Parts: sequence; C-alpha cells; structure tokens
Amino acid sequence: MEFPILSVIVFTPAIAGILLLLIPGERKTEIRVAALAAATFALLLSIWAYFSYDISAGGYQFVERYEWLPALGISYYVGMDGMNGPLVLLTGIVMFTGVLISWKIDDRPREFFAFMFILATGVFGVFVALDLFMLFFFYEIAVFPMYLLIAIWGWKVTREYAAMKLTLYLFVGSVIALVGALAMFFSAGLGTFDMLAMEQAGFSRNFQLFWFPFVFFGFAILGGIFPFHNWSPDGHVAAPTAVSMFHAGVLMKLGAFAALRVGIMLLPEGARFHMPWIILLTLVNVVYGAYIAMVQTDFKYVIGFSSVSHMGLVAMGFATLTPQGLLGAGVQMFSHGVMTALFFAVVGMIYDQAHTREINQLGGVRKVMPMVMVAFIIGGLVSMGMPGFSGFIAEFPIFMGLWASYPWIAIVAVISIVITAAYIIRIIGKVFFGGIPAELDGHLHDVTVLDKVALVFLAGILVLVGVYPSVMVPMVQSGVDNILRLLGGA
Amino acid sequence: MLVDFQPSMFLAIIPEISLVILGTVILVVDLILPKDRKGSLPWISAVGLFLILIISVMVARPGATGELAWGGMVRHDWLGFLFKMVFLFAAGITSLFASNYERLGKRGEFYILMLASTLGMMLMASAADLIMLYLAIETTSIPLYVLAGFMNRDDKSTEAGFKYLLFGAMTSAIMLYGFSLLYGFSGTTNLYLLAEGFRSGSLPLVSLVGSLLLLLVGFGFKISVVPLHFWAPDVYEGAPTPVAGFLSTASKAAGFAVLVRVLLAAFPDIQLEWGSVMAAISVATMTLGNLLALAQRNIKRMLAYSSIAHAGYALIGVVALGELGVTSMVFYLIVYLVTNLAAFGVVAAYGQIIGSDEISDYAGMSRRNPGLALAMLVAFLSLAGMPPFGGFVVKFAVFAAAVRADLVWLAVVAVINSIVGLYYYLTVLKVVYLHRSEGDEVPAPITGAYRLGLAVLMLGIVLMGTVFAPWFNWATTAAVALF
Repeated sequence: MEFPILSVIVFTPAIAGILLLLIPGERKTEIRVAALAAATFALLLSIWAYFSYDISAGGYQFVERYEWLPALGISYYVGMDGMNGPLVLLTGIVMFTGVLISWKIDDRPREFFAFMFILATGVFGVFVALDLFMLFFFYEIAVFPMYLLIAIWGWKVTREYAAMKLTLYLFVGSVIALVGALAMFFSAGLGTFDMLAMEQAGFSRNFQLFWFPFVFFGFAILGGIFPFHNWSPDGHVAAPTAVSMFHAGVLMKLGAFAALRVGIMLLPEGARFHMPWIILLTLVNVVYGAYIAMVQTDFKYVIGFSSVSHMGLVAMGFATLTPQGLLGAGVQMFSHGVMTALFFAVVGMIYDQAHTREINQLGGVRKVMPMVMVAFIIGGLVSMGMPGFSGFIAEFPIFMGLWASYPWIAIVAVISIVITAAYIIRIIGKVFFGGIPAELDGHLHDVTVLDKVALVFLAGILVLVGVYPSVMVPMVQSGVDNILRLLGGA
Repeated sequence: MLVDFQPSMFLAIIPEISLVILGTVILVVDLILPKDRKGSLPWISAVGLFLILIISVMVARPGATGELAWGGMVRHDWLGFLFKMVFLFAAGITSLFASNYERLGKRGEFYILMLASTLGMMLMASAADLIMLYLAIETTSIPLYVLAGFMNRDDKSTEAGFKYLLFGAMTSAIMLYGFSLLYGFSGTTNLYLLAEGFRSGSLPLVSLVGSLLLLLVGFGFKISVVPLHFWAPDVYEGAPTPVAGFLSTASKAAGFAVLVRVLLAAFPDIQLEWGSVMAAISVATMTLGNLLALAQRNIKRMLAYSSIAHAGYALIGVVALGELGVTSMVFYLIVYLVTNLAAFGVVAAYGQIIGSDEISDYAGMSRRNPGLALAMLVAFLSLAGMPPFGGFVVKFAVFAAAVRADLVWLAVVAVINSIVGLYYYLTVLKVVYLHRSEGDEVPAPITGAYRLGLAVLMLGIVLMGTVFAPWFNWATTAAVALF
C-alpha cells in the first residue's frame, strides 16, 4: 500500500494539537518546540507531496478512499490535483511561519497552538476533500477555532465583536451552502457524496440556476466577496498576528476554493448563467477594496482591505470562466496567501514594539529593522503585480482572461493596480523611511532570528514563483484543464 | 397477532427485572451502611446500571422484526431496546454526577427514585398498549416530581417540584382522556390493533385528530415542545443540577420514543394531518427556544431553552418520516442525550465550586480548570452542531431527512435557528475562556466521579462525531423496526 501522505498531512496538526493539550500548561518552551516540530513536519510533507505530484499524468493523485457512512454514501475520500496542490503547500508554509511568529505569545500558548493546529487540520481537510460531506465536515472544523483564537488572543479593543461577527458570517454561509449540497445529493439520486461522481450527475438546468447562487455565495462569503466582505477586515485586524496570517493567507482561500469546487465544478451551467452579474460584484471588490485600503490610517486595516481587493481578483478570475482567468486565480490564491501572510507578519512585528498601528505615528522603521523593510517591499511589489514577482504571474493571466470576455471590466479593474501602488508606496514611505518619532525612540529594536527566518522564507517563495513560474504554473494548468472539461460540456 | 405466554417473553423485560433488583439492593444497602459510608451508593448504582447494560446487550437483544409480548403490553423490538440502553447509560452517568452533590449524593432515596423513574422510561419505550403506556408514563413522572423538589430546604427546588407536578398532572389527565376516547372509538387498547380498528370503522376524521391532539398534550409535555414548554426553564433552574440533566435528556428521549411509536403504529393513516401539526410545533419550538435562550443569564435556564430548541430539531425527523427521518431522530436523540448530559455535568461540577449558576460567574473557568473548560467547549460546540463532534453529524442527518422529504423550507428554518444557537453557545464559551474573575489563578479541581463521567461522555461525543457509521446503523435498525 502506498504511503497515505495526504491523510498524514491532514491529521498531523490535529494529533499534534491534542498532544499539546496533554503537556502541562506552564512548560511553555517545550510547548513551543513541540508545536514547531509538528509544523515543520507538516511543511516538509506538503512540500514533498507538492513536488512528487506527477503533472504529466494530471488528475487526482495520492487518492485514498475509505467508507465512512456507507448508508448515506459518505466516504473519506482525498486526492490532490493541480488546483489544490499549491493550496496544501500554502497551508504548510503559513502554519510553519505562523508558529515561528507566535513564539512570543505568553498567555496560554498551549491552547493557542492547539486551536491553531485544529484549524490547520480543517483547512488541509477541505483542500484535499473529494467528498462533499467531508468537505463540510472539515470546513466547519476550520471555522470555530477561529472564534476562540481571535476572542482570546486578539486585539483587546475589537476582538469580541470581530470574532463573533466573523464566526456568524462564516457559519451562515456554510449552512446555506449545506442545504444546497443536500439538495444536490438528493437531486443527483446517486446516493453518494462523491464529488467526482456528482460532477457527472447532470443536474437539470433549472436546478443549477436556482441553487448555484446559494452554494457559490455560501462559500464565497469566506472568500470575502462583496457585499459580504465586511467581516474580513474586522477579523484580520482583531486577530493576533499568526491568526491574521492564517486567516487572510489560508482561510479566505478556503472559501474561494470551495466556491470553485462545489459551486462552479458541480453546477457549471448555473455558473455560466450567473457569472456575468457576479463579475460586477468582484469588480467592486477589486476596486472599492483597494480604494478603502488607501484611505485607512491603521496599518493593519490597509492590509485587511487589500486582502479584500486581492481576493476579489481571485473571484474575478473564476468568474471569467476562461482558461487564463482560472489559471491566474489559481496562482493568485497561492501568491496572495504567501504575500498577505508576510504583510501581517510585518504588521505584527512593528505593532509588538511600537504599540501603535497608526501610519502617521510610525516612521523610520528601516533604521532598526532593515530586514523587515526589505521583506515588506518584496510583498509590496508582489501586491502591485510587478514582473519578477509572483503577483505578476497571477494577475496578468486574470486580466488577459478578463479582456477576452469583458474588456470594459478589465479597464476598470486595472485601476486597482494604480491604487494598490499608491497605498503600498505610502506605507513604505511613512512607516519605513523618515525619522523615528520621538515617542517611539528607544522602544524599537530589531526582530528575533525566528522572525527573520519566517520573513526570508515567505519573501523567498514570492520571488521564486516570480522568476521561475514553472514551479507552479504547469501544475495549476493541469488543474484548470480539468475544470474546463466540466465547463466545456455545453 | 397476540400470542400466549412463552418463557422467552422474559427476554423482553430482562432489563426491567434487573433494574428492580438493583433498586432493591440499593434500598437494602442504604439501610445497612453507616452514615459515613454512604459514598459507595452512587458507585453501586453506576456499576449496577453498567452491568445491566452489558447483560441486556448480551442476552436480551430483540429479533430483526419486533414482536408483542405479555399479552400485547410491550413490544420487544429494536426501537425500544435501543432507547432502554440509552436510559441505562443516562442513569449511570447521572449517578456519577450526583455522587458528590451536596444533600443529594449520599442519600439512598435519590438513587431509588431515579432507578424507578428509569424503569418507567424503559417501559415507555417499549409499551404497546395504552394502559401500559399510561402506567409507564406515571412511573416515570412521579419519581421525577420528587427528584425535582428533592432539596426540600431550598425554595427554588420546592417550587420546581411543585410546578412540575402541577403541569405534569394536568397534562397527563388530558392525555388520559384522549386514551379513553381512543378506546371508545376502537374497542381496543393495543396500539397496533388501534390502526386496524380505525381502518375498518368509518370514524370521522375530526374525532381521530381530536383525540390525537389530546394525546399530544401529554407527549408534548414530556418532550417540552411549544406551547407546553413553560415548565422546563423553571424546573431545570430549581431542580438539583444532576436531576435537571436527567430530566432534559432521558425523560425527553422517552417522550420521543413514545411519540414516534404511537404516531406510526396507531395513526399511520392520518399522517398528512399530524405531519403538518408536527411541522408547526417543530418550527415554533426551535424558534422560540433559541430566541429565549439568547436572553438568559442563568446557565441552567439557558440550557433549558436550548433543550427546548433541540426538541424542535429532533421533531424534524418525525415530520420528515421515512426511514431516514426516524433514523435521524433516533440518532439525534442519542447524540443530544450524551452531549446535554455532559453540559449539565460540567454545570453541576463547576456550579458547586462557585456556588452559582449565573453565566457571568463562569469567568475565569478556563484558568481555574482547563480540562473542565475543554469539556464544556466540546459539549457546547457539539450542541451548536460543530464537527468533529456528534452534534454536527446529527444536524446533518436531520437536515438531510428534511430535504429528502421535500421540506427544504423546514431545513432552512432549522439552519437559521442553528445560527442563533451558535451565537449563545459561543457567548458562554467567551465568558469561560476570555473573561477574568477575581481569584482565577486558584485551581478548581473536580472529583473523580465527575472526571470519569465526563471522560466517558467526551469520548462518546467525539466517537459519534467521527466514527458515526455504527451509530447510524443502530439508529436505522431501530427505525426499521417501527415499520
């Protein structure tokens, strides 16, 4: 029997989380080391899985399937294809760096890492799920630890409000999608939740047109789609650094990915019918999100709204339903995940020392944390879609796909790049350059080695994908081909 | 259909007989033991119940098709059997939770009353005759009235007992009137012969539905559905916490067992009529329960309203019917029973330490006892329907049953309700994990009995939420036995 690599990846964090809970709470160093060990293990496995995926063969690989509840056709069914492979890798990366960044957490670190790891299991599980029930099962596992992570360890001012808002938004979305999924199950009449079988179910046109919006938006809420994006900046800002990284970096992809996997792939005809107006919503995401980001004075809110804008690009890429758009969206999910994790890490490092995130009260960070500045600038260039960085590889195809089908929308959407450049450059100028304000003088010092490792790692990936796209594009392309086959039927 | 006496009929009531023996043993031991040694009573009760459970599962399993026994008084089938085992389990756990409860745990009367009530529930689950059914319901209720008012020096407990008695007596009188009407219409008291009687005669629909509604008053009281829910919050608040846990789980499950059997055995022909009545009750129950739970400051009252809401969810299974509907209901009740017992167990354990049941007094709990807080987290998230806990799977099953029966609107109502539910469960967890209180660095250890009981329940919640196939199949076996 083959080594069940995907299952090991999925359950490593959960088992590690449970084991962490068994360590006495006051032995904090041991807890951190154990957490790092588990995260490293998961990262190595996800790298291994990513690179041993055979692109020329395509399709779903590392497939495992076990009966779970045969009476209802539920199985534990996992597999990796070109679409979810990069996302599994992304989760491993963010989990690893998240542990590094969270070294300083001193309030109940045992519970913090345990909850974060359970969250990670949920995320891995959704990405690799090929069974609809299993997808929901892990999806909701990914939602509730978020509440505790934000409410307990978050920013004191807004954490209770933001945590509850986020949880309710996401839960509303998931249960609405759940009803849609049940309707699909019974309508298909196959007696199985196997998504590959359901792809072939041939739902009637009316059924698809009716249910597509529920399923798509139910998940896309977590992807931050307008007008349901409201929870996301609040949630990002209130969350502790590692959780913001997880949240914007991975969790929002969960929504976008599930909207693709369940919404578009199972109900393609519904997708074709509804996408022309959904693309207008994503346009609002992209442009309005960027604009709101520009007028924020709080550093973390800028990043929060920039996530809304960039995730809008993902949804927009999906909404074009073109090969280029889907390819770009697939790469953008990975690229944005790493980039935003980097951004939130930087914000957290600065806030921990300055105790303020007001852009106007910051300055001169370059002098004490040169490395943080370099990392942020790399992230900024990715964000602007500069060639040579992963953002370009992702955004260029999206705009190409957009141009082919909706040239006017493409023209409007491109404005967002200009706005993005404006707010990124403003932050670089105000926060990193200039003099250190008098009240911060002496409070700032350089970041720890662990923080630097995390930053170098994240920035390195962004550059690697930018200069050597072959590391990712062919893989995503193979996943896109599969989606196009489903879309191409009619 | 009715067969003469056969020795094998004893198999049908082995659990009941053993329970009577256990009760007698406790009665005698209670008399013999000196006052300072009464701490062994809960353990005798718990271990005894556990042994009965094992023995019953080993020797008293019913056949694939149920059969009437004892002149048609009881039906030996999987539905009844499964519920009996669940009641034994609940009573065993309740014994553990009661063991260190002040002015409760060391009194033999408590265990005898609880076992008597359990005996009644077991007969409720298998009763196939109106007379047996009535006797079983009264055997269940009367000890529970006493248990609710067990703390006779506590005004709230006395009030709870009395309120429960008044409500119970009134509803059971109405139900009894319904029984007498049914007998008058059909000339038989056997549930399984009733339906045939209705079919042959030309009874007006009005009189059938009318007498059914009278019955529903009695059943509705037991499962505390709107509009017969008023007693629940007051009684749960006043009753000793382990008793409240027992009331909200075993007693409610017994009510459901009776409800589904009577509806399906005696009234299959007017399914359309009672289906819509049940749908209305289900919607009202879950909505009202959840909305009122939002406003509660006392954790036992909150759990009372939440358990009202859960009765509403479980009713969806009854409305949806079919194999999947009844299966989902049975499975729902099992998971709900285990989960809610855990929730009340935590409340009993921590309530004694802090001497209060106000939600705000739970601040600092996660620092004082992380393990107990984790148990509460698991129980509440399972109630809210989150994976990987049992609550998620059964919620899924119930929704699936509704969608299967073309009741998408009902599923949507339930979905909206579950969002409200999540909100108030999270609010409590927020207090537990986030808020601080004075002296929250002082550890608050709990006794071994609580630890054992909660550990078993936690294991159950997680097992039912991850390895759910066997549980689902048992529930299916029970559901199929009805048809």
